Amino acid sequence: MSSATDPDAFTGATPDNALRDADRAAGPMLAADGTPLKRSLNRALRAQKLRALGLIAPLLLFIIITFIAPIADMLFRSVENDIVSQTLPRTVVALEDWNGEGAPDEETFRALGADLVVAAELKNHTRLGSRLNYETVGMSSLFRQSGRDVDDIGEVYADQFIVLSEAWEEPATWVALMADPDWVAEQSEWAAQEDPIGPEPAFALSEQAQEALPRTARSYAQFAQIIQSEDEDSPTEEEPWNIVYQALYEDLSQGYVTGIYSGELAQLLDNAASAVGGFEQMSVRDFFLEEVDDDWADPEVWGTIKAFSSPYTAGYFLSSVDMQLTPQGIESQPEDQQIYMLLFQRTMFMSLTIMFSCILLGYPIAFLLSNLPLRTSNLLLILVLLPFWTSLLVRTSAWKVLLQQEGVINDILVWIGLIGDGSRLQLINNQTGTIIAMTHILLPFMILPLYSVMKTIPPHYVRAAKSLGATPWTAFWRVYFPQSVPGIGAGSILVFILSIGYYITPEIVGGTTGTFISNRIAYHISSSLNWGLAAALGSILLALVLVLYYLYDRIVGIDNVSLG
Amino acid sequence: MELPPYASLGEKIWHYTYLVLCGLIFFFLIAPILTIIPLSFNAENFFTFTPGMLALDPDAYSLKHYRDFFTNSQWQDAMWNSIKIAPVATLISVGLGTLAAVGLSQSHVPFRRAIMAILISPMIVPLIISAAGMYFFYSRLGMQGTYWGVVLAHAALGIPFVIITVTATLVGFDRSLTRASANLGAGPVRTFFKVQMPLILPGVISGGLFAFITSFDEVVVVLFVGSAGQKTLPWQMFIGLREQISPTILAVATILVTISILLLTGVELLRRRSEKMRGMSPG
Repeated sequence: MSSATDPDAFTGATPDNALRDADRAAGPMLAADGTPLKRSLNRALRAQKLRALGLIAPLLLFIIITFIAPIADMLFRSVENDIVSQTLPRTVVALEDWNGEGAPDEETFRALGADLVVAAELKNHTRLGSRLNYETVGMSSLFRQSGRDVDDIGEVYADQFIVLSEAWEEPATWVALMADPDWVAEQSEWAAQEDPIGPEPAFALSEQAQEALPRTARSYAQFAQIIQSEDEDSPTEEEPWNIVYQALYEDLSQGYVTGIYSGELAQLLDNAASAVGGFEQMSVRDFFLEEVDDDWADPEVWGTIKAFSSPYTAGYFLSSVDMQLTPQGIESQPEDQQIYMLLFQRTMFMSLTIMFSCILLGYPIAFLLSNLPLRTSNLLLILVLLPFWTSLLVRTSAWKVLLQQEGVINDILVWIGLIGDGSRLQLINNQTGTIIAMTHILLPFMILPLYSVMKTIPPHYVRAAKSLGATPWTAFWRVYFPQSVPGIGAGSILVFILSIGYYITPEIVGGTTGTFISNRIAYHISSSLNWGLAAALGSILLALVLVLYYLYDRIVGIDNVSLG
Repeated sequence: MELPPYASLGEKIWHYTYLVLCGLIFFFLIAPILTIIPLSFNAENFFTFTPGMLALDPDAYSLKHYRDFFTNSQWQDAMWNSIKIAPVATLISVGLGTLAAVGLSQSHVPFRRAIMAILISPMIVPLIISAAGMYFFYSRLGMQGTYWGVVLAHAALGIPFVIITVTATLVGFDRSLTRASANLGAGPVRTFFKVQMPLILPGVISGGLFAFITSFDEVVVVLFVGSAGQKTLPWQMFIGLREQISPTILAVATILVTISILLLTGVELLRRRSEKMRGMSPG
């Protein structure tokens, strides 16, 4: 990075130079041990490279784990969206054929019912509800309400199966039907212990159950797993949920194949299969629409679920630019919910204002410092470095105290009679407050690069211009100023980059109108808990900063960042 | 900046206007920091100068906000948390950072630019983004809200400063000294500690000071990565400023200003010493 450590800048005896010498020599040179010099030097060079990398490796690893991985995680979260497909796996599959008009068919509602029972047991439905509520308002309460009611789905069938045969009420019947024989053996061995060690072996489905009764098997397996993990109970002692009976009814009434089971179980199933035709029926679709919430008839609700069913989404990025993903495709947000473009514009506008105020205030100071004798300028430089070194919170609290309506600045203005006591200026909790405080905080970052550039401008040019008849203004504007432009560029980019990512100062003195995009990111992480949106906003901001830094590196070089 | 004797009246007026302007800007830079010092001795719970203070009435001044800082358990916990976190984070940054800076200053380092970009990145990325990323990632690892989570995060933030200052010191390091030492029979470790380390020590210490200040003054990352158990001094000040603004903040601020003046002096002395040791004229 730095020129003095650049390999080509070394003039002394380095392996590199010796290598070139060896190339120029006529015959093959030999090292002391008889190997060709070239190979010997190459080996030394390789060892040196490895040693350097070995010294850097621990830190590199440390930064990658503690810093780069978190940034990557944030980028990942800005597109990650597996909550819908994980919570509603059946529904997502069933919705694939839905054409987007009206409420979907009975099949889809059955899938929804089966998914929601599981989600409600795991208390995932509220999380999903709040996730979808970011996209369509009302989803949160819809899911909460539905989670309470879904237990009733399949109750009709449960009762009828039990009337048909008492065996359907017995957990043992279900275990015999569903469980893998190996699991049954393991489980009884575990239960036979006096003082069972560890949890019950995890439930396993039998292959024949999956073949004969696929839906029932899937529902039952989820039931057994949740019973074991959430309730720390055993499927051998619990009657299945109503939804399992619902699944059994569906399996038996739709193409049930006899002959997979044998003995008593086959008898039981065959009896049930021939009886289901005469069962009193219950439409899950009607249940949802009439008893749970008629919002389920709204195609928009289903459209939202379908639109966000893929495991990755551009939805957060679209939200960040006031667009939204709807069933009909990408649309702009309703007028009253467009806040992010405004916020980005405001962040840009305020950062530019701060940058220009810093140029305006920093230029005269840097000019003065670079033209004074070294002793005086070093002394005055302390006045610039002290704020630079003072804690950010100290400076922010100072401004909070000074800018208040009852604060020192207003007091002085009233005292010298500039304003009346009744018309004290509102200097804080708005854009004015943020701009004043941040200009003060970032001013040293403008003065220091400007000063270091101006120090290198030779004074003779201006003198020559004057002796050739230029007025002081022309000499400054046409001769001095163009030479100081690189300093302005460096300082401006630095101040701009720092200010667009600022959080603390706008949060404290900015009120509601003087806040930046970073305050919104913080709000989404800690208050609204919309992490995906926070991550998307953060990614956009990060991209912006990296582009600016790339420019900074091209113009100034990151190495030249001075630390005072 | 001397005015030539032949300057016209207009030039003279402009010259003095310019000096006054510069004075005002210096005032803008320094006044806010100095104003809070007398305010922190206010006997009332106000944030402005009381008539008694303006009349220099001794009764209008008191140390009660300082007493509050040293007796209030919230402020004391915050101070101890800061003292527990910053030095450990600094040690990690300085240890790993110095090692890597020595490696980076070798003449043949593959991918030097890419490595440097990665090592400097914590300084470039806005704090709120680092904080968000660390919050997400450390939550996955179960490190969110733990002492070590905050320490590691702060160490990462301090590393660019150590890298920059130490590599800058190493630029002026005379490499023949290590060769001489090797020639005299010292191993690489002995050479590092006996020859190289004493010469680059000023750079290492000032890098350490930067890393310490970064951690000690940091609030955004600790706000997200830490929990109530890691509430540091800046965090407590942030809460104080956002919710119930109490004059104790001004006492804390004054103490911190004093510390930064001491640190500023320390870094300046080290810089001079480093330049003297490398045979440069003190600037």
